[in-house]
Amino acid sequence: MSEIIQTDAVIVGAGPVGLFAVFELGLLDIKAHLIDILPKVGGQCAELYPEKPIYDIPGYPIITGQGLVEALEKQIHPFRPTFHLGEMVERVETLGTAEKPLYRVATDAGTTIEAKVVIIAAGGGSFQPKRPPTPGVEAYEGKSVFYSVRKMEHFRGRRVMVAGGGDSALDWALNLHPVASRVILVHRRDEFRAAPHSVNAMRALVAENKMDLAIAQLTGLKGADGQLSAVTLRGADQSAFDVECDDLLAFYGLTMKLGPIADWGLNLHENLIPVDTATFETSAPGIFAVGDIITYPGKLKLILSGFHEGALAAQRAHRHVYPDKKLLFQYTTSSTNLQRKLGVS
Amino acid sequence: MTKVTYIDASGESRTVEAQVGSTVMETALRNSVPGIEAECGGACACATCHVYVADEWTEIVGKPSQMEEDMLDFAADVRPNSRLSCQIKVSEALDGLVVTTPVKQG
Ligand SMILES: Cc1cc2nc3c(=O)[nH]c(=O)nc-3n(C[C@H](O)[C@H](O)[C@H](O)COP(=O)(O)OP(=O)(O)OC[C@H]3O[C@@H](n4cnc5c(N)ncnc54)[C@H](O)[C@@H]3O)c2cc1C
Ligand code: FES
Repeated sequence: MSEIIQTDAVIVGAGPVGLFAVFELGLLDIKAHLIDILPKVGGQCAELYPEKPIYDIPGYPIITGQGLVEALEKQIHPFRPTFHLGEMVERVETLGTAEKPLYRVATDAGTTIEAKVVIIAAGGGSFQPKRPPTPGVEAYEGKSVFYSVRKMEHFRGRRVMVAGGGDSALDWALNLHPVASRVILVHRRDEFRAAPHSVNAMRALVAENKMDLAIAQLTGLKGADGQLSAVTLRGADQSAFDVECDDLLAFYGLTMKLGPIADWGLNLHENLIPVDTATFETSAPGIFAVGDIITYPGKLKLILSGFHEGALAAQRAHRHVYPDKKLLFQYTTSSTNLQRKLGVS
Repeated sequence: MTKVTYIDASGESRTVEAQVGSTVMETALRNSVPGIEAECGGACACATCHVYVADEWTEIVGKPSQMEEDMLDFAADVRPNSRLSCQIKVSEALDGLVVTTPVKQG
């Protein structure tokens, strides 16, 4: 096992609310590690609506999703949070007691962190790859149907069907071309969202008969014991045909799923985490939850509400991290102590 | 009043009143019409508001924009009359519009 990281707080989810929690914790000298399954920070704002304007962030009459994320990154920069991106938090284990909480957080990438408090800012759940719309696909997952490439070697000498028309699909079709015995790219239309140079590279290979391109949609899978033998496609003329292959690599975008949070022993109410609104602590002492993932009477799924929730969670988290220190209420405007932390004094 | 009819995958039909200016997706949600999920709330970022426009309406409703066409790549069983309902604005010209919801969203 790799080395265990020791810190004050682990924040699960680097959406806007998780990001701002770093700020509120930082003002109280609480060091944070942030984990997100996405390869970038910003949660829904960055993934679902980066270019869209938001009109209800206090102090910003208008700001785009990505603009807000960038402003937040700048705002929390003085606290140097550690980011673990592209990793999904799988387990949260209790090591401490109710009086002296301690948690061990483990990701699917093997990162293990021990922290006094955990802040769950998991929003609508973790962004996970969408399944292709073929019945029975679950039985093949991890054996011959994949949504990302962890080991290129798996594909050596195999016939690989790559489904999709964006950068991931095209990049992997091109990267696997020298490794696989044959790459078959399938997309529903003869137009690609991917970068033009990869589309051109793909078209050149297809023209030389070194790669196959099928303009079609996936409708069925054939095989046994998790091993594919063929994929049924439906062409633009609505005719169905089978294409033999050993693996399918499908890129159908992302969807939000609650994911492993359900297994952490927390009380859940309709896939949301109930909290105490004075502290934003969950049913487990030392585990807090903020943002879209929580529920309480009057909860609004708004970014500004998530910011408020983070500020209150930080106050109570301070008690767990510094049980012997009294917390003094201070303003960033006038406290030289806070300004030193922000690097402005 | 402008009306929109939603036919679900099993053939059940629901006709509801629609506000001019709102989208076909919003109209479905506001009237608890099943079959449309709209995970992204109308940002053309999820493809879970996919509908098939009835043949006699396709010309009036029009073709998807480039952005919508890109997003349709993530929908299941896309056909020539596929549209994302959050990108169809209800207007008087669309009074009586009929759409079918797919077996599965996303
Ligand atoms: C189209 C659209 C428009 C919107 N417009 C507005 C608006 O105008 N104003 C407004 O206030 N709000 C708006 N919202 C809502 C706003 O985006 C959300 O309230 C906000 O994103 C919630 O932030 P969050 O940090 O709680 O969660 P999210 O933004 O959902 O981020 C949660 C993050 O946690 C990660 N995660 C979850 N589980 C795990 C795990 N186990 N391991 C690792 N990572 C995990 C996810 O991958 C995700 O990145 C809009 C939402 C949408 C979809
Ligand atoms: S509601 Fe998400 S694309 Fe229409």
